Amino acid sequence: MSAGEPHSPADTVRFLLDGELVSASDLAPTLTVLEYLRDIAHRTGTKEGCAEGDCGACTVVLGELAADGARVGYRAVNSCIRLLPTIDGQELITVESLQERDGSLHPVQQSMVDNHASQCGFCTPGFVMSLFALYLQSPSPSREQVLEAISGNLCRCTGYRPIIDAGLLMGGYPTPGKWSREAAASSVRLQALQALRRPRAMRFPGFQAPRSCDELAAALEADPAAVLLAGGTDIGLWVTQQLRDLPSIIYIGEVAELKCIRSDAAGIVIGAAVPLTEGWGAIVAAYPQLAELAQRFGSPPVRNSGTLCGNIANGSPIGDAMPVLIALGAEIELRRGTHTRHLPLERFYLGYQRKDLASGEFIVAVTVPAAKVGQRLASYKLSKRFDQDISALCAAFVVDHQGDRIGAVRIAFGGLAAVPARARATEAALSGRPWSEDSFEIAAAALAQDFQPLTDLRASSAYRLQAAGNLLRRFYLEHGGSSVPLRTAQIAAAPT
Amino acid sequence: MANPVDTAPHHESAQLHVSGRALYADDIALPADTLHAAFGISSIAHARIRTLDLDPVLSMPGVASVAVAADIPGENNYGSVLHDDPIFADALVQYAGQPLFAVAATSHVAARKAARRARIDYEPLPAILDIRSALAAHSYVLPSEHLVRGSPDDALAQAPRRLRGTVTIGGQDHFYLEGQIAIAVPQEGGAMLIHSSTQHPSEVQQLVAHALARRAHDVTVQCRRMGGGFGGKETQPALMAAAAAVLAHRTGRPVKLRVDRDTDMLMTGKRHDFLADYDVGFDPTGRILALRIMLASRCGYSADLSGPVNDRALLHLDNAYFLEHVDIVSHRCRTHTVSNTAFRGFGGPQGMLVIEQIVDEIARTLGLDALGVRRLNFYGVDTRNVTHYGQMVEDNVIHKIVERLAADARYLERRQAVAAWNAAAPVIRRGLALTPVKFGISFTSTAFNQAGALLHVYSDGTVLLNHGGTEMGQGLFTKIAQVVAAELGLPLSAIRVSSTDTGKVPNTSASAASSSSDLNGKAAQAAAQVIRQRLIQHACDRYGVEAQQVRFHDGRVLIGERNIGFGELAQHAYRARISLSSTGYYRTPKIEWDKTALRGRPFFYFAYGAAVSEVAVDCLSGETQLLRVDILHDAGTPLNAAIDLGQIEGGFLQGVGWLTSEELWWNPQGELQTHAPSTYKIPTARDWPAQATVRMLDGEPNREDTIYRSKAVGEPPLMLSISVLHAIRDAVASCGAAGALPDLRAPATPEAVLRAIDAVRRGVVA
Repeated sequence: MSAGEPHSPADTVRFLLDGELVSASDLAPTLTVLEYLRDIAHRTGTKEGCAEGDCGACTVVLGELAADGARVGYRAVNSCIRLLPTIDGQELITVESLQERDGSLHPVQQSMVDNHASQCGFCTPGFVMSLFALYLQSPSPSREQVLEAISGNLCRCTGYRPIIDAGLLMGGYPTPGKWSREAAASSVRLQALQALRRPRAMRFPGFQAPRSCDELAAALEADPAAVLLAGGTDIGLWVTQQLRDLPSIIYIGEVAELKCIRSDAAGIVIGAAVPLTEGWGAIVAAYPQLAELAQRFGSPPVRNSGTLCGNIANGSPIGDAMPVLIALGAEIELRRGTHTRHLPLERFYLGYQRKDLASGEFIVAVTVPAAKVGQRLASYKLSKRFDQDISALCAAFVVDHQGDRIGAVRIAFGGLAAVPARARATEAALSGRPWSEDSFEIAAAALAQDFQPLTDLRASSAYRLQAAGNLLRRFYLEHGGSSVPLRTAQIAAAPT
Repeated sequence: MANPVDTAPHHESAQLHVSGRALYADDIALPADTLHAAFGISSIAHARIRTLDLDPVLSMPGVASVAVAADIPGENNYGSVLHDDPIFADALVQYAGQPLFAVAATSHVAARKAARRARIDYEPLPAILDIRSALAAHSYVLPSEHLVRGSPDDALAQAPRRLRGTVTIGGQDHFYLEGQIAIAVPQEGGAMLIHSSTQHPSEVQQLVAHALARRAHDVTVQCRRMGGGFGGKETQPALMAAAAAVLAHRTGRPVKLRVDRDTDMLMTGKRHDFLADYDVGFDPTGRILALRIMLASRCGYSADLSGPVNDRALLHLDNAYFLEHVDIVSHRCRTHTVSNTAFRGFGGPQGMLVIEQIVDEIARTLGLDALGVRRLNFYGVDTRNVTHYGQMVEDNVIHKIVERLAADARYLERRQAVAAWNAAAPVIRRGLALTPVKFGISFTSTAFNQAGALLHVYSDGTVLLNHGGTEMGQGLFTKIAQVVAAELGLPLSAIRVSSTDTGKVPNTSASAASSSSDLNGKAAQAAAQVIRQRLIQHACDRYGVEAQQVRFHDGRVLIGERNIGFGELAQHAYRARISLSSTGYYRTPKIEWDKTALRGRPFFYFAYGAAVSEVAVDCLSGETQLLRVDILHDAGTPLNAAIDLGQIEGGFLQGVGWLTSEELWWNPQGELQTHAPSTYKIPTARDWPAQATVRMLDGEPNREDTIYRSKAVGEPPLMLSISVLHAIRDAVASCGAAGALPDLRAPATPEAVLRAIDAVRRGVVA
C-alpha cells in the first residue's frame, strides 16, 4: 500500500484520506474499511463496538462524486461492515481528519467538549462523524434532524442530552480551517475525486466491479456462484459475524444504470444499486404516509450504504421494505444473461430463504406503482425500540375506497411468517364491505387464518397475532374512524 | 483563577475523546510478534464433555497455540469470592457460552475462525434455567439469608388490610461500548504485564498470578481508561486477562484477547433478574404495618458477587420507607445460565423496585394517589428513622426533595390533567409517577472501604498523580485532579493523572459502589497535604516566615510579601533535599457491619433523589414513550456539577432501558438469543425525553466528612428510572376499573404492556 500513485490499475483500490491518495493493492476483497483503518493505517480513533452496523462507534464519512460528476455528496457509513474495495474513487474522512494541525477542534468536536458530551469516550468518534455529516448538510439543525442523524449511534454513558445539545449548537462556532462546508464543496476536492475516475472496471482476484449492466450480466453468468455485493449491510455480517469465506464478489455499485431512479407510467423504477436513502426518498415523495417507516428503516449509516433491492434480494421475513412494496403491488425486474423478466414481488418469495431467482440471475430494479386516487395506505412497524430496531412485525395496508365501500384490498405483513406475505383471508374478509368498525373487526378475526407466527426473541406468537389485528384497527381509526390521537408521538406532556 | 472544585471543568480526556486520540486497550501499539486470542465457548447449557477435540483448531492457518484447563500452570479459577469460576470449563459445562478453551493465532480473525472448529462431544444434562425452577429444586449458589425486625407475624395477622403479590424484574446487559479486552506481555524473570479494561486492577493481578502459579509482585496490571464499565468490568476482566496470560506464558509472546461483541454478551455476567413474592399488611391510610417477602434472584452457575448483590437488594428493600415489622428471606438461585455480576446499583435497584410496586399497589387498592402513600411511609427525621438492618437514618432529605420536586414539576395539577386526558382517550393513555431514591454509600464488605494514592511533584512544579481508582467515563480522574489542584493551589493543567497501575498503588478496591471519588479523593487529598506541609515548612525555613504566611494560589506561592512560582518553590525544595513524593491513604470511618446478624451501619451515608415521569402508552400496540421527566437529585456539594449532571442523566436513561426496551431472552434450551445490539435494545437518543428538567439539590452539603462534602453519584441516579416504570403502570391501570392492579413485569416491552392492559381490561386481578 502506498500513497500518491497517479495511475489507476484495475487491481488497486484508490481513495483519498486527509487529502492524500491512498492506493491499496493485494487486498483481501472482504477487508473492511474499519480493519483497514485500525490494523493497516493504525488510525485507531475509529472504534469497533459491535461489527454489525448497529452501534455506530465505527462511523466514518464518505465523500462521493454525484452522478453528474459536478459535486461531492458526503454521508456517514458504518466502516465495520463496509468493504474497502467499495470506497474506490471516494474520499474517506475519519475522526482524526477533523482536527487542525495546531490542535484546534472542528465545531462539531468543540461543541461536544463544551457540552460535556463525552464520558467514557468510546462512542464519541462515531457521534462526531454522524454530527459532522449533518454539519455539512445543515450546520444549525432542528432537534428532529439531530435525533435522526444520530439514531444509529449508541451511547451508554450520557443519556444523549448533551450530545443532542452539541448537535443543536455546533452551528454557532466560527467556520473551521479544515472541513468547513465551503472546503467540503471546494473545486480542489471535486477535482481530486474527478481525477480518481477510472477508465475501466476494477478487478482483482476475488473481486470485480463491472461498469455496465451488460458487463454485470456477463460476469455473473460466467461465475454464477459469485456473491453480488451492493451496500454490504448484510454481506458485511457474513464476513464479520459468520466469518464466512466468500466466493468471488461482483460489486454492483459501479454499474451506472443500476444507480438510477426514474419515473414512468408504471411508477417509480429504483435501480438495484440505489442506496436506501435515495430509494426511500423517492418512495416517500410519492407516498408521504411512509415517511415514518422510511425513517425507522435501519439508521442513516445503514441507509447510506444498503440498497432497497438488497433488502428485497435478501428477503428476510422481517425486512421492513417488503410488506409495503408487496401491498402496493411492486414488481421486480430480473435479468440473466440477455434475458429479462418481470415478476410481482410477492411471487419472488417461495419459502424461508428460498426465492424465484435462477442461478446467474440478478435483480435489476424494483418498480413501485404510482399512487392512485382513493387509495388509503399505511405501513406500521412494531419493535421494542422506536429507532433502529428490527420489527417484531411490520404491516402494510393498501385499501381502495369507493364511496362508502371498500374496494380492492392488499394487506401484507412481515414477521408473521417465513416470508413477507399477503394476508389473503383478511383481504377477502374486508373487500366489498362498508368502511366500518365491524368490517375491520371481522377482518382482524381472519388474520389467524392467514398466519401462525412464531415465538422468538422479538415477540411471542400471541402478541404478533394480536398486535397485527390491532394495527388493522389503527388503520381504520386513522382513516376517518377517530379524531383522537392515535400515536404516542402525536402528544406532548400534560401542560401545566 | 477560580478554585478547581468550585467550577465544573471538562472531563480530563474530552479533547482526546472527540479527536479520536484517547487510547483504549485495543489501541495500544503492540510488539510485532503479538498473538491474538479467541475463546471457544460451549453451545449448550449443562453437559459433561465427553471429548474436546482441538486438532481441527490447531490445523487452522495462523494458529500458534491453544490452552485448555489442563494447560493452566496454577489455579483454574477467576472467581474472587468462592473459587467456583473456571477460566476454562473442565469436563463439566454449566452454561451456554462458557469458555472451554482459548486459541492464539496471528490475527484476530484467524483466532476467531479457528475457535469455531473445535469438535466437542457433549453428554447433555438436565438444566435449571429460571428462578422458579431453581427454587423448586432448592438450587442455590450460597445459603439463603433471613432478616427479621419486629414482630412481622403478629403485625401481619393484626393488620386491617392485607395484599399479596409478585414482582418480576428482568436482568440487564451492561453493553459497555468497549468490549472486554486484555493484553498480556511477558516480562523478564517470569513476570507478566497486563493491559486490562478493568474496574478492579488488583483483582486481575491476584487472579492472573494464581493462574500462572506466580505471586502478586510478578504481575503488573495497568488501565488508563475503559470504554464504559457499569459493574461489568469488576470481576469479569480477570477471565480475559487470565486466559491471555496463560497463552502468553505458553508461547512466550504477547497475547491480545479482545472478545467480539456476541461472545462478550454470551459469556459475561449481567444484572440479576429477580422475583419477589410479598405479603403486606397496612392500615386504611396506606401506612405499611408489616411486610413479609420472599426475594429470589438468578445468580447463574457460580457465586461471583451474588452474595453482596443480594445483600444490597435486601438492604434496599426499604428504599426511603420505614418498615417496622419485616421478614425477608433472600434466596440466591443457582441456574445453568451465565453467572450474574455487578451492575450499577448492585441489587439495590431490584430491592427498591419491589417496595415501590408494593407501595403502588397499596395506594391503588385504597384508591389513593401513590405519592401520598409514599410520603406517609417515608422515614421520619426524629422518629421512625431506623432501617430494618439497624442503621439510623441521620441525613434524611427525602421530604425536602419530594416536596420541592412535586411543586416544581406540578405533580398534583398534572395528575388532574392526566386523569382528564385518560377519561377521553381510548387509544393513547397517559401515566404519571413520582418515585424516591435513598441509596446507601459504602461497600457492604467493610474491608473494601479504603484507598491509596501516590503523588509526585517534579522539580519543575508539575504533578503526576496516581490513585487506586479507575476511569470508566465517570470522570473520576477529573475529580481527583481537581482535589489535588485545589490542595496545592495549582491550575488543572499542572496535574497529570496517570494510568491506574498496580505497581504504583497496591491492594486497591474495585472502582465500584459509587465510592471511588469518596475514597480516592480523600487519599489523594492526604497525599497532597503531606507535600503541601513539606513545602510550607521549607518556605518557612528558607524565608523565615510563619506557616500561616504561606499560601498556594493559581500556580503561585505567596510567602509573606514574596510571590514565587510553585515550580520555583519545588526547585528550591528539591535542592534542599526535601522529598517531593508522597503516598496518601484513607479508610471510611464509622462503618461496621455484622454479616451474620445482618445488623449494623454498613453505609457511611445515604444519597437521595426523586423523579417525576410522564409517559404515553399506545393501547393498541403496547408501545410507550417517555414524554417528560423532572429530577431533583442529591449530590451533596458536587465536586464537579457538570460531571455529576452527566452521571444523573446517564444513570437515569440506563435505568429506563433496563425497565423498558432491554429484554434478555433465552430460548427453552437456555441459549441467550439477545447477544448483540441488533437484538438487545439499549436506549437511543430519541428515548431521551423532549422535556427534561434535571436539577441537583442545593444547600445540602454531605453531613458526613466526605471529600469537600460531596456525595457519591455513580449509582443512585439509575434508580430514578423507577418513576418511568411506575408511570407506565399508571397508564396501564387507567385502562381498567378503579383499583385495578397492573400485572406488569419489567422490562415493560410493548408486549408486556399490551398483555397487562388486556389483563386489567378483563378485570384480572394481579
